[in-house]
Amino acid sequence: MFSEIAEKYSWTQIESEINAKSKSDVEHALQVANLTIEDFKALVSPAAAEYLESMAQKSRIATQKRFGKTIQFYIPLYLSNKCINHCVYCGFNFNNKIERIVLSDEQILREVAVIKEMGYEHILLLTGESPKHAGVDYIEHAIKLVHPHFKQVTLEVQPMSMEDYQRLIAVGLHGVYVYQETYNKERYPTYHPAGIKSDYQWRLNTPDRLGKAEVHKIGLGALLGLENWRVEAVFMAMHLQYLEKKYWKTKYALAFPRIRPHAGEFMPNYIVSDKELAQMIWAFRIFDNDVEISLTTREDTEFRNHMIGLGVTAISAGSKTMPGGYAQDSEDLEQFAINDNRHPKEMLEVVKKAGYEVVWKDWDSYFEIEKEG
Amino acid sequence: MDTLIIANKTFHSRLFLGTGKFSSNEIMQKAISASETEMVTAALKRVNADNSEEDDMLQHIFHENITFLPNTSGARDAEEAVFAAQIAQEALQTNWLKLEIHPDPRYLLPDPIQTLKATEKLVKMGFIVLPYIQADPVLCKLLEEVGAAAVMPLGSPIGTNKGLKTRDMIEIIVEQANVPVIVDAGIGAPSHAAEAMEMGVDACLINTAIAIAGNPIEMATAFKLAVQAGRMAYKARLAAMSDSAEASSPLTSFLQ
Repeated sequence: MFSEIAEKYSWTQIESEINAKSKSDVEHALQVANLTIEDFKALVSPAAAEYLESMAQKSRIATQKRFGKTIQFYIPLYLSNKCINHCVYCGFNFNNKIERIVLSDEQILREVAVIKEMGYEHILLLTGESPKHAGVDYIEHAIKLVHPHFKQVTLEVQPMSMEDYQRLIAVGLHGVYVYQETYNKERYPTYHPAGIKSDYQWRLNTPDRLGKAEVHKIGLGALLGLENWRVEAVFMAMHLQYLEKKYWKTKYALAFPRIRPHAGEFMPNYIVSDKELAQMIWAFRIFDNDVEISLTTREDTEFRNHMIGLGVTAISAGSKTMPGGYAQDSEDLEQFAINDNRHPKEMLEVVKKAGYEVVWKDWDSYFEIEKEG
Repeated sequence: MDTLIIANKTFHSRLFLGTGKFSSNEIMQKAISASETEMVTAALKRVNADNSEEDDMLQHIFHENITFLPNTSGARDAEEAVFAAQIAQEALQTNWLKLEIHPDPRYLLPDPIQTLKATEKLVKMGFIVLPYIQADPVLCKLLEEVGAAAVMPLGSPIGTNKGLKTRDMIEIIVEQANVPVIVDAGIGAPSHAAEAMEMGVDACLINTAIAIAGNPIEMATAFKLAVQAGRMAYKARLAAMSDSAEASSPLTSFLQ
């Protein structure tokens, strides 16, 4: 399990190692073909800030080689905002007095109809954590319900056991995104004071359980804004490297959700600038040419336009982050505010203009057959 | 150029094209046309096989001069590949298949054991199977024995553009083969393709090197010419290479 590896490293020591990286360390990392974690540290270090142009160039070439001039489109579907967790940064926090909804079959299918109309074939299902209202039975049922309408169904919900994942894979689950939020074990409880999510280790070892369940794709990420992003990146890179070696048949994806300051809500402890976010994404692309990288509508129009092809391989567009939001538009219940409200058709034109082809479909259900014996 | 025959079908071009990674289906179509290829492959997972009339990618590939070769990219084992092949056959009315089984999603390196198993099964089911494989001469002979219509060894890992890193093994494969040998994956420049053709390889399959070139259409033309030149050189029999000039015959002059 990755927890056994993570235990060997100290947050503060990695932080000082990153800060000690010099320009020549960065130059070395930009030259070698196979980067080590030490090289990766150099790429996320303050010293690499002067090398952003070279990092962008390298990322563009590496991304094109592996993914071509294409960008995948996917869309999130929020099924429920019921949540027993107390994550201080999240709109679905148990203590927030908002209307709680768990979509019924009929409501889900109404959402599906709107999403299909937009052209999507890859869908990401999300819920808050509520074993009673949106537990594995509900999720299994939801996958069965949407699976006939999409070519790829992925999940971003609470961590589960390996057996539960196997159950969901059997009904058509393709991949699972589970973000550690922060890899800083000491600080983790500050952000997750109560609820099931307060268990750091259970969450940290979720990708291991997914790997054992032989899911096709595992997504990793840290919530940017909680702790020093440079150290988060190094833990994430170690996690990725560990998983790729151990569960070698699985595909990996990264996401970089960033909290941005806005009134009346949780204020990030570390503000990650556009430059820093770009540096982090490019460091990962140079470190790992094969990993998928997605960028959501949390990011604004300008940033998303420019990041197409620079490491990023998948984007969402036209997203609603409140359950029922596609069929009935309302901003009251959203998990976070959308920064890029463009319709997928508009986004498609942007991607085309950038010289890229939109890939709506890159999977099919015939790879999800039940095996004999 | 002399024709190439695979499973009783005649091809006038020895260049095959892959369709991933292009910046648009329009550019892909123009590259296909410029290359004068007669065989084009696409991943089944990328297209809507059951609704091919409305699939934009397929509509940009289908043409009377082109044999469409669906591939099973995404399959992790023989069972998945066989299932995908049946879908392709039913939906697209073709029994041609590029068999790709790569359990490793990073380097997309083919699984030799599953590929052999699937080839055997698919051939019995009536498919014309072109398996993508490691440049492994023994595996090529085994695939030939179970009825593969051609073998498609890799030049280097897919998408790397590194050229013929497996050159020595491909030479053995060409020497031993009774079926066409098509180098698939890794060819990054027209010179690599020409090199492969000069060695006696029957055809080359190119994707990344054309798709992500600055000008994919001109690059498609360049590959067409390189494949033709390489083939012509092979047929014309290359002069042997030598490290030194052979001016005199110091060891054999006593024989005169």
